[in-house]
Amino acid sequence: MSARERVTGTVANYVDERTGSAKWLKKNLNKVFPDHWSFMLGEIALYSFVILLLSGTFLTFWFDPSMEHVVYKGSYQPLKDVEMSAAYASALNISFDVRGGLLMRQIHHWAALIFMASIVVHLLRVFFTGAFRKPREFNWILGIGLLTLGIVEGFLGYSLPDDLLSGTGVRIAHAIIQAIPVVGTYLSFFAFGGAFPSEIFIPRIYVVHILLIPGIMLALITVHLMLVWYQKHTQYPGPGRTEKNVVGYPLMPVYMAKAGGFFFIVFGVTALLGATASINPLWLYGPYTPGQVTAGSQPDWYMGWLDGLVRMAPPWETYAFGYTVSWNILLPGLILPGIIFTGMALYPFIESWITGDKREHHILDRPRNVPNRTALGAMSLTFMIVALINGGNDLLATHFDLSINQIMWGTRIGIIVLPPLAFVITKRICLSLQRADRELVLHGRETGRLVMLPHGEFVEVHEELTPEKKWLLTQHEQAAPIELELVDQAGVRNPKSFRAKLQARFSAANAEAVAKPTAQELKQLENEHH
Amino acid sequence: MSNELAPLSDPGLPAHVHRKADTDPVAEKRAEQQVAVLFGISAFGTLLFIYSYLFIDTKSFVFIPVMGNTNAHQLGLGMGLAIALLGIGFGAVHWAKTLMSDTEVIAERHEMRSEDSDRDAFVVSVKERAEVAGLGRRSLIKRTLGLSVGLVGISPILLLGDLGPMPGKSLEETSWRKGTRLVTDPGDRPIKPADLEVGAVAQVLPELRPGQKRTLNDIAKDAVLLVRLRTEEFQLDAERLSWTYQGIIAFSKICSHMGCAVALYEQTTKHLLCPCHQSTFDVTRAAKVIFGPSARPLPQLAITVDAEGFLVAQQPFNEAVGPSYWERS
Ligand code: HEM
Ligand code: FES
Repeated sequence: MSARERVTGTVANYVDERTGSAKWLKKNLNKVFPDHWSFMLGEIALYSFVILLLSGTFLTFWFDPSMEHVVYKGSYQPLKDVEMSAAYASALNISFDVRGGLLMRQIHHWAALIFMASIVVHLLRVFFTGAFRKPREFNWILGIGLLTLGIVEGFLGYSLPDDLLSGTGVRIAHAIIQAIPVVGTYLSFFAFGGAFPSEIFIPRIYVVHILLIPGIMLALITVHLMLVWYQKHTQYPGPGRTEKNVVGYPLMPVYMAKAGGFFFIVFGVTALLGATASINPLWLYGPYTPGQVTAGSQPDWYMGWLDGLVRMAPPWETYAFGYTVSWNILLPGLILPGIIFTGMALYPFIESWITGDKREHHILDRPRNVPNRTALGAMSLTFMIVALINGGNDLLATHFDLSINQIMWGTRIGIIVLPPLAFVITKRICLSLQRADRELVLHGRETGRLVMLPHGEFVEVHEELTPEKKWLLTQHEQAAPIELELVDQAGVRNPKSFRAKLQARFSAANAEAVAKPTAQELKQLENEHH
Repeated sequence: MSNELAPLSDPGLPAHVHRKADTDPVAEKRAEQQVAVLFGISAFGTLLFIYSYLFIDTKSFVFIPVMGNTNAHQLGLGMGLAIALLGIGFGAVHWAKTLMSDTEVIAERHEMRSEDSDRDAFVVSVKERAEVAGLGRRSLIKRTLGLSVGLVGISPILLLGDLGPMPGKSLEETSWRKGTRLVTDPGDRPIKPADLEVGAVAQVLPELRPGQKRTLNDIAKDAVLLVRLRTEEFQLDAERLSWTYQGIIAFSKICSHMGCAVALYEQTTKHLLCPCHQSTFDVTRAAKVIFGPSARPLPQLAITVDAEGFLVAQQPFNEAVGPSYWERS
């Protein structure tokens, strides 16, 4: 036994005698992780969260979350002797006088954008492959919670420096709170410690930004990952992969090395962006004052869709019995987002109600094999993209020489017309892909080679698929629609028949598919060939 | 529900294909060297980082194509950090991909659901414990416990009461009073009508009383825009016209939609535009909304001149400025 082995042994013995960890570790070092590029999306989210914790902690050492008035004396000449809040002055100080400060601010902001982008793409992966199905519904809901918290956290983050752009964002958030019927005015006075902008708002959101929300997110992420660990990862379909197994690489050392390395890559890319790509150059905006605004003010992209909805809202407001309801704010600012996020959170349950499927699923769906879900996803995505586009309508107008009026009406109509269109088109595409799969399995791949048959006819040579490929294209299950039970066994009319009818309707639409080749069809073809 | 069997049978995991480095010692050696080079590059990155921190002045700039004039200190630090991290990252991944075993392994999965016997045993023991606590029998305890826990939950909510004052009527009030002078922002100088040419705009605030200090909260309600047109260009009713002075009309600068500053004035169309959500207001028609999400015109401030010829307010705003709220009448 070498000296090193002896030391390791002693340490391991010491720890195990006090924790009994050897048994658990032995089992889990061999934990199997399936490998696929799309499984790295969640990892990117996790790593950028860690980067946010690290860079954010660095920023807290210099950032002064105070709205007290100071006169700027730092080294950025254009703002010298300008009166501003201490928060803004300290953000300038970080950017110009703390070594590495600007880099860290830019890393922090880039990491926030990457964090949100990876959460969204990760969510899309989970949605389109059906990874949210039983037993993973909890993790889906946790994910939606993390997405929501991330949006709020990011918004609070870029509100902290108290520059003209961020103050404008706060102004809008304030108006949304104030528009809530009955309690809005009180809520806004409580949140802001009085009227807008007050002198206490930034210290308050600072605590929320650096402690409260990161703490909650950390807890949720931990549970999220524990569930992934405990339930084992889903896997894509393929030869040898079943609902009863998981195929992949053991945690130690392959997965560890890849995942660990990947953390450094994500961090490295963020550092590269922070070093070379300017983001939120807040010294250009000047300090916040409610009497001014920057032209072309834009929120970060993950808030952009909300802004786009607010911009396209019709100018509705109702006055009744001496009270005002601002539909132009409530509808885009609270009601629609509320419906969207609640709908997302409930989706796994809605789908399992429609399909009547209460079994566990560990093999992922190929999106084409679930046309309705895929089409629904495309529809929602289209809605969000149209909203996001309108969030940048002023930029689009100047870049593409359009009038705001044209874009506004284009998106107002587009947001109603395009999503259903996307649904129909996507569903058609899915079904034709299914048909293509069926053709491939039955008749093989077109090789482009022509041969002349003895009687002079030309035919293209088809190459038969490998058994592995054939399996991949046919392994999925094609669910039949739920039968409608209008009368129960005793012959009594089912009192729940409306719900049952609804379910049957959805289920029938859901079951629409191009029949995959049956065993008989394959047999028959085989006989013809040989 | 169809549980129909797949028409084909699962051919099983494909045979393992060896990589070059698994079989060829030369390839293996090369892969090892590549990994080492990547780690070496990382070390170089950290050296660059240290050098930049210590020796590049925070105020020195270099010209880089595409990026333009760039702060050399920040760039050196950032590039050093990026190289250091990417070197480690790519090195580790390359190591894992070329040299560590890439044989896929299969692990069994088990249903999440506990065994029936465990579930039954669980129910039994929960019932047993509940029996020991005796909550079922002691409803007096149960009720008072519910009451006290519920009440104690109110305390933290109550404690938040001092988060802010009650709004009261404060949202309806601004600093504008009858006779308050309009002063320039910035500058705080009173204005005469002659200071404003036809077609010009100016941002004004109410004059401060001696000793009074202007806070951002004041500006958030008091900011006013002056626009001067030719009187015949107005399409106003008699009352609103009497609120203007020699073609000068005054509106709250705080957007009636969500409170941004309505900052853009288009001279040719005589439109005021809010950059936040593009609500557009027609100056000639008392800031009527002609486009965008805002539902109300900008409140108009009645103005005139005082004995010395300076512009003053005739009266306070006759409605609340800024975004709507529930109690706004
Ligand atoms: C999910 C987590 C987080 C997100 C999405 C996020 C996002 C942001 C964003 C977008 C900014 C504006 C940066 C700028 O351009 O100036 C910001 C600022 C800031 N964040 Fe975070 N952040 C997160 C976590 C944290 C944590 C954990 C801390 C501290 C421990 C922190 C501390 C700060 C500080 C001090 C600032 C102000 C610095 C400045 O603007 O100069 N953040 N955050
Ligand atoms: S705040 Fe002016 S248009 Fe929304």
